[in-house]
Amino acid sequence: MLADSSSPTTVRRTRRWRNGTTLRAVVAWALALLTFFPIFWLLLTAFKPSGESFSSGMPSHWTWDNLKYVLTEVSFPRYLMNSAIVSVVVTAAALLFHSMAAYALARLRFRGNSLVLGAMVSTMLVSLPVILVPLFLIAKTLGMLDNFAGLIVPMIFNAFGIFLLRQYYLNFPSELEDAAALDGCGYPRLFWHVVLPLSRPALASLSVLFFLANWNAFLWPLVITSNPDLYVVQTGMASLQGQYASAYNYVLAGSLVAVLPTIIVFLLGQRWLVDSMKSSGLK
Amino acid sequence: MTTSAKALSERASSTSTASGTGTTRRRRETRAAWLFLAPDAVGLLLFVALPMVFALALSLFDVDGFGNYRWIGLDNFHRMLSDPMLSRAIWVTVKYVVLFVPLSFVAGLGLALLVWNKFPGVAAVRTLFFLPNALSLVVIGLLWQFLLVDKQGVLTHAARPFGLGDVSFLGDPKWALATYVFISVWYSMGYQMLLFMAGLNDIEGEHLDAARVDGAGAWQRFRHVIWPLLGPTSFFVLITSLVASVTGLQAFDLVYVLTKGGPDNQTSTVVFYIYQQAFSFGHFGYAAAITVMLVAFLVAVTAVLFKATGGGRFHAR
Repeated sequence: MLADSSSPTTVRRTRRWRNGTTLRAVVAWALALLTFFPIFWLLLTAFKPSGESFSSGMPSHWTWDNLKYVLTEVSFPRYLMNSAIVSVVVTAAALLFHSMAAYALARLRFRGNSLVLGAMVSTMLVSLPVILVPLFLIAKTLGMLDNFAGLIVPMIFNAFGIFLLRQYYLNFPSELEDAAALDGCGYPRLFWHVVLPLSRPALASLSVLFFLANWNAFLWPLVITSNPDLYVVQTGMASLQGQYASAYNYVLAGSLVAVLPTIIVFLLGQRWLVDSMKSSGLK
Repeated sequence: MTTSAKALSERASSTSTASGTGTTRRRRETRAAWLFLAPDAVGLLLFVALPMVFALALSLFDVDGFGNYRWIGLDNFHRMLSDPMLSRAIWVTVKYVVLFVPLSFVAGLGLALLVWNKFPGVAAVRTLFFLPNALSLVVIGLLWQFLLVDKQGVLTHAARPFGLGDVSFLGDPKWALATYVFISVWYSMGYQMLLFMAGLNDIEGEHLDAARVDGAGAWQRFRHVIWPLLGPTSFFVLITSLVASVTGLQAFDLVYVLTKGGPDNQTSTVVFYIYQQAFSFGHFGYAAAITVMLVAFLVAVTAVLFKATGGGRFHAR
């Protein structure tokens, strides 16, 4: 049997496959470390003493001075606070409104359902840079210049979240409404006490996505606020760039503080985030 | 679920009315639907749909920074035709799209194929590839600026063996756009990798096993099995990255922090130019006219796509 003519090629093929896996692993790890290098260098430089920012090696000694400086001498805690308020409020409001709308579109029968759905989905390609100028003038007219309302309200609405949640609700068992209707329970109560608790997995993934997007938002805060007390982390960072143009140890320490929450949220919510991103367009 | 439903019914019994006849139930359902839709419908109308319409109206006015409107008809559009800065911005965007879309496509697909099968630490590798996408574009801009500082930056140093040590990657008009594209690819390839991985996971293992049994090599398996079955995914990736590179945040945030459109306007994209016209020069009407052009472009892209895919549905060939 071993003399079978096909046997040697099979052996060779499996060995080649195994070598291929090793090679693939080595290439993948090398590329991954290269990709990570800029972020690694950010971490390193944030802890280097001033004057060593451009040294191409480990810090001569690790120091907290840069971080201490941006957290005390610059209004960074305020920026962090503003960012946290905006991101959390936008995320919470968006999740509530989108799940309400998505539930109506997925489960309730009413005339014009498909029309409303089509209209909402058709806004999905519209991004902020495109409508920036008219949106700014509308927000200004509504008295949203230089206040939290301006930072928060216009950022709540996007059709993407509605679309994703609607897909989720389409798969709910239909006995749900029937049972609730028999019990004489109104739709608002049904939604609040039954539907929302059952949406937890979908809401979790969307909340990671929305939080990251809002924490990282820059363009809208840049145009809608000019008062430094209302700077969020990203606009604060951009102003830091202007003030400390060459003091890279401070700029990078600030950067580290700015990305830390996103990295933590990302690592904690990675699985959910990946799920929602995958389903964003594919099925 | 049943317990909460039971609890609900007990609580509901004291306050609710009987479920009623079919027509009242219908009416209640319709009323509830509109109630649930109201917040998002109003919000989307006010903050997404209205701006699109408003841009059209605005483009016919001369609007200064103090909110004075003066009707000027199509003057803004005439001006667009003879604005060398705008043609340059369009040209920059075209070059950016032509470089970014294929490069990030190939990078994303390559990475997906690389990390599709398991090897030690594959989860960590995937995370490292995706991590840049979780960072803010402002921080990415600041970080790369630091890495590429003329003569001193650590990556400028690393480029020395290749004879590029004296290149000003962000300050030289010949290099700035290429640098901007490179950073954009670094930022978004992990996201595209994720999309491709989802597409790869949908491919039935039997197809590949069958090809392997038939003696197909790695390249043949890719060319004749994987690539055709990835059609819908590839299409989706191309569209999203096209839209992102023209109108996405990466077309503004990165430019703002990295170069402010310079040097010599070589990185001034259309959306950055719109921002400048409105918020640096106070020409809101003119900025709105350019916005209208951009919206027209988006609508055209959407229409073509809709037609090409038969209503947004695409199937594997």
